[in-house]
Amino acid sequence: MTDTQRDVLLSIDDLHVWFELRRFGFGHAGYVKAVDGVTFDLHYGETIAIVGESGCGKTSLMKTILGLNKPTRGKIMFEDKNVGELAGEALRDYRSKIGYVQQDPFGALAPFMNVQRILEEPLIINGITDPAERERRVRKVMEEVKLTPADDFLHKFPHMLSGGQQQRIVIARAIILEPKLVVADEPVSMLDASVRVEILKLLRGLQEKYRLAVIYITHDLSTVRYFSERVFVMYAGNVVEKAPVTSLVHNPKHPYTVALMDATSDPDADNALKYRELPGGEPPSLVNPPSGCRFHPRCPKRIDNLCEVEEPQELSADGHLVACWLYK
Amino acid sequence: MSTDNKKTLLSIKDLTLYFNTQKGPVQAVDGVFFDLGYKEAVVILGESGCGKSSLAKALLRLLPRNVARYDGQVYLEGEEIMAMDEEQYRQNVRWVRMSLVPQAAMNSLNPVLKVGEQVAEPMIIHHGVKKEEALVQAAKMFQHVGVPVDFLDRYAFELSGGMRQRVAIAMSLVTAPAVVILDEPTSALDVLTQANIFNVLKRLKKELEVSFILITHDIATSSELADRVAVMYAGQIVEVSDAHSFFREPLHPYSRMLMASVPRLRANQEPEYITGQPPSLLNPPTGCRFSARCPKRFAKCSEEPPIINVDGIQVKCWLYAN
Repeated sequence: MTDTQRDVLLSIDDLHVWFELRRFGFGHAGYVKAVDGVTFDLHYGETIAIVGESGCGKTSLMKTILGLNKPTRGKIMFEDKNVGELAGEALRDYRSKIGYVQQDPFGALAPFMNVQRILEEPLIINGITDPAERERRVRKVMEEVKLTPADDFLHKFPHMLSGGQQQRIVIARAIILEPKLVVADEPVSMLDASVRVEILKLLRGLQEKYRLAVIYITHDLSTVRYFSERVFVMYAGNVVEKAPVTSLVHNPKHPYTVALMDATSDPDADNALKYRELPGGEPPSLVNPPSGCRFHPRCPKRIDNLCEVEEPQELSADGHLVACWLYK
Repeated sequence: MSTDNKKTLLSIKDLTLYFNTQKGPVQAVDGVFFDLGYKEAVVILGESGCGKSSLAKALLRLLPRNVARYDGQVYLEGEEIMAMDEEQYRQNVRWVRMSLVPQAAMNSLNPVLKVGEQVAEPMIIHHGVKKEEALVQAAKMFQHVGVPVDFLDRYAFELSGGMRQRVAIAMSLVTAPAVVILDEPTSALDVLTQANIFNVLKRLKKELEVSFILITHDIATSSELADRVAVMYAGQIVEVSDAHSFFREPLHPYSRMLMASVPRLRANQEPEYITGQPPSLLNPPTGCRFSARCPKRFAKCSEEPPIINVDGIQVKCWLYAN
């Protein structure tokens, strides 16, 4: 798994992000365990995908990496600095090294700023005071995201752009400070099918050109194989499977990964002729997750007296790391 | 094709809906045609802004105030419903024989009414039955869509997204309509929930006397339900095909490019995108509306293409004229 050629950029060790629930505003009423023990390393220039359904904790994980939440327990190390302990100037410096591509491009762009102002904002915050220098960098980045000629766009406001163009602006803003890591949270889920591929290819092109490390967060397994090297599957706050992408789509190990794949359609008229085999039930509450393996109440391959009792270890099977007792 | 054909449940010809805006009329739906058979599902496939949701509004006459033009022929079981006045339409068509699961249906439930009452309401209003009877009917519908019957007494916020979507489907089915229009029924749902909802729809199609019009932009999941596919581009239907031919190889260049843009999980096939953007519906280009983006464009494309029948597939493209 570990690529010794590359150094670790981001290292996450036993990360827990819990949100406290309060009764009537002050009494303690438990925790929402959004991220519960996640460990992984991300290398320079590597792309990983985090796949999971809504409420599995993937957004909380991302926000903690961005420094928007504090870890409850565990550590996030970025180039040997502990992200959880950064503050003030150091935090700003850290944030300039990571770019963030939001899910909803229209919601992510200030409606009262034109494109030029939107793209200048990170430069202003990071102390680039020379307007000519700022304009040079804005034009350069617009070329990178293929919004050319730049003069056609610089004075437009977000509502004058199509969804695909808005997402290009969001990407341009994320890379204008030449970050080492870009976190993309469902960057194409709000876009049309034909534009979706265009944006993913743009991101991949930028990733290859600048050797960016990318964390691609998605619920759509079908886009993953065209975009990432490794895939992490998350369920109820845990990473249940880590695997290289081709190996995962050909040979999924964890029963939840199998279920996700079974639920994903490819365009094929025969789909209409058969029902899909799916696990029943719904993802558990993160306040009181099930004991043992969190997937056990829905799992078709549950082993009685084991899965509901003991939390599965991360076991290795054919180059995958799987948190499932089946592979013991 | 013809309306006297007994197998045709709904036949739409030349349906047109324009909206007035400050900049002029928007040609949202422009001469749309397709037929729907009994117990059949037709998918209306198109990208955002192609007029597919306006088509749903036009069929159910849920029109805003700024309508500039609304005409065409729609035959429901041989009866011309466009000729009906509003009262006739309300009593005989809307939610009686044709109903809708709106986009983001899961968020369109009334937060202060129990979901059982909401599902029962169309029965009370359209069929004049007593509330108790309507609730019994609602309970039956809940079983059909796979919602536990004791959820009748719950409120929308107590249900998950998937359950709310099922409730919305139950509400559209409770009056036993012949046609249900599903407007992006799963776009806000998770993969597993989405697949579950499609299982429910497949079962309903088998168990009940109902036909579906599924409006979506998602080609991959649309194949879960489709018997036939109609592709919409810039307000017009450009191809109507049976699902098998369509998902094997569509005919219209737009359909082909759309199909090639789908990332596939099971095949290692690099997806391709379509360059350019759809035209504005304020001032659509004359001739073929896709011609500006079409790799197979030739001189003829500056003229409006006719609808050409190729072995039972209707395609609006000059390539197939001989």
